[in-house]
Amino acid sequence: MKKSLIIFSIIAVFLLVAIILQATKPYVPHPVADLKLKYSKKHVPSVDHSKLAALQVKFSTPQQVTEACNSCHTERHKEVMKSSHWNWSREEYIPGRGIRTIGKKNVLNNFCIGTQSNEQSCAKCHIGFGMANPDFSYDDPSYVDCMACHDNSGKYKKATEQGGAPDPSVNLNEIAQHVGQPLRSNCGTCHFYGGGGNNVKHGDLEMSMFDPTKDVDVHMASDGVDLQCTACHVTKNHVMAGKVYSLSSMNRNRSTCEQCHTDRPHTNDVINQHTVKVACQTCHIPVYAKVNATKMSWDWSTAGRLRNGEPYNEEDADGNHAYMSIKGSFVWQKNVEPEYAWFNGTANHYLLGDKVDTNEVIRINSFNGSYEDRDSKIIPVKIHRARQIYDPVTKMLIQPKLFAPEKGDGAFWKDFNWNTAAAAGMKEAHLPYSGQYTFVNTEMYWPINHMVSKKEKSVECTECHTRDNGRLAALKGFYMPGRDYNAGVELFGKVLIVLSLLGVIGHAAVRFAAHKKRK
Amino acid sequence: MKKQLVYKRFNRFWHWTQSALIFFLGLTGFEIHGSLTFFGFENAVHYHNNAAIGFIVLIVFAIFWHFTTGEWKQYLPTAANLREQIAYYLDGIFRNAPHPTQKTALSKLNPLQRLVYLGLKILVIPVMVMSGLLYMYYRYPQSYGIESIRIFDLGTVAVLHTIGAFALVSFVIVHLYLITTGHTITSNLKAMVTGYEELEDEKH
Ligand code: HEM
Repeated sequence: MKKSLIIFSIIAVFLLVAIILQATKPYVPHPVADLKLKYSKKHVPSVDHSKLAALQVKFSTPQQVTEACNSCHTERHKEVMKSSHWNWSREEYIPGRGIRTIGKKNVLNNFCIGTQSNEQSCAKCHIGFGMANPDFSYDDPSYVDCMACHDNSGKYKKATEQGGAPDPSVNLNEIAQHVGQPLRSNCGTCHFYGGGGNNVKHGDLEMSMFDPTKDVDVHMASDGVDLQCTACHVTKNHVMAGKVYSLSSMNRNRSTCEQCHTDRPHTNDVINQHTVKVACQTCHIPVYAKVNATKMSWDWSTAGRLRNGEPYNEEDADGNHAYMSIKGSFVWQKNVEPEYAWFNGTANHYLLGDKVDTNEVIRINSFNGSYEDRDSKIIPVKIHRARQIYDPVTKMLIQPKLFAPEKGDGAFWKDFNWNTAAAAGMKEAHLPYSGQYTFVNTEMYWPINHMVSKKEKSVECTECHTRDNGRLAALKGFYMPGRDYNAGVELFGKVLIVLSLLGVIGHAAVRFAAHKKRK
Repeated sequence: MKKQLVYKRFNRFWHWTQSALIFFLGLTGFEIHGSLTFFGFENAVHYHNNAAIGFIVLIVFAIFWHFTTGEWKQYLPTAANLREQIAYYLDGIFRNAPHPTQKTALSKLNPLQRLVYLGLKILVIPVMVMSGLLYMYYRYPQSYGIESIRIFDLGTVAVLHTIGAFALVSFVIVHLYLITTGHTITSNLKAMVTGYEELEDEKH
């Protein structure tokens, strides 16, 4: 008996060990090392612009620079003028609403609300000059600003509230002689400061990414492969891959992780199977706003308080604005865990003039998608929550006039009167205003795509596959192992086990007692 | 009384491997379920999936064995002696009464055992294997766009699998105890290990 016992235990142990050791399918994913090799090769320009005669002529206006660029690159400005960077709008098909031209011109946000009637100051981030000029036209090529994106000297900057003109201190010749492919410093100048300050909007795009470490972003890390934005936002004829869903609705021309990494990038196939329903970003961006805080909420209703008739600002412990008379109260957060949403690549938007009820939070943009939808995946999002001005009679969100050079135009930032700001803003937007206003809760969704962490920092299984307070606790309507269970079955199971144990113990006890007695 | 070979070599191999696998599957399964923490979630999933494949392979061999040897007939349910067997566990056993069903090499299961093991064989194990396989592979129809067999509701699959798992745990508890109810406390255990058991001479 001893011998067979030993043999059987050895076989059993052997089998168990074999099972444990048995490696997953011999699947070898595309090696990241290849990508590193490919992308660490630096681009070598074929032309040194400082040697070109056309750029030695002294430039007195930025328009002259554009003309000089166009003298060689004769067709490029036409591409630019077709782009959304120039037009601030594009035609999009919105599911359920048809084809609409949407963009900054007619979409609201819940930060500074909108560009309508505020172009003067917004144009600092337009790739053109002269939005302030009365004769400005989107069809006039001389207004195209090549330098904003192609300056490689790092010295170009635009003046504040001058309709997009360069700062008077800028040496136009120096810039023109140091142009090249766009760098993070070009894109970041606008995209890191959206909403009027560093990291106000995105949360995952901010000034630390001019020169990030690997801990901040494995792709753009200066001490790593040092990718520039256009490495992923691959650009052809001035059309960039990828766009942000604050202004886009369609699932087209996106820039995705899979384009480089494939949809089976892991050696463990169980993890690869996740890519059917889970976007790469969901696990690989465990937190955003890693270096500087981002704005999580904005309450416009408190704006307009004055001290001795003057606007004032207050700062939070980290030195971020907590209150501004011109804008209201803010909450900033750093190292934020994203919220999560189903997303199939199409989005809906509140368009200027839409009528909405206030029973629920108003969605400035909303992502389409669900578990049942085959094209949907779970993505990480920053949800920016706000209280903003609304007309309870027309049921429209109000586009207030915020900026004006002088008092008396109705601009809120000068006059601090919501009523006149609402009237002036809606008039310029050619929309009705009832004369009544109130403040309503709104939400805006920002997909989190940047600040990808090192693989060791990825979200762990049990951060989602856990009974309570997992990262995906808020996503309902589907079964997730480790998180979900059927309460009835759980009770049935526990009762069954307890009864079995009690039965066995009881039976054994009686048997034992009877046995004793017999003796 | 005579020493007889009751459990042949494959029978013992199958039994002990199966018990190890079910124990291991239960342990890793309930870790996935969120009831306990032992290997770590990722390992638990990995081990559970591999052990499940091992289990299925074993089942294939066992089915073959049952049919080629005719052992399957041992599991045919019978009403004869059923009442007496129940009475024995509820009463006779405490008075050291004799076992009502005589164990022989050709009929080694009492009527209660026949019922329970048949239930395992045709209900619980198949449910576990089917739901387990669906659990493993439900994503494929989805990712390859095969609409007709898309599984929308993993919940049903998982809940069936969980019910089966609870049933198995309960079975194991009772089964472990019933090992001790043979002729002597250890005679059943010894028999399943060595294959031999002292059985009364068959009455003809
Ligand atoms: C051939 C048989 C089996 C197969 C193919 C199988 C397969 C699976 C799979 C694929 C999962 C989900 C793992 C994941 O999350 O990826 C699972 C979960 C589980 N398994 Fe099994 N399994 C088998 C047998 C068993 C047995 C014998 C037990 C218990 C004794 C068991 C208990 C569990 C439990 C409790 C869960 C968690 C269910 C939940 O919470 O959703 N399994 N099984």
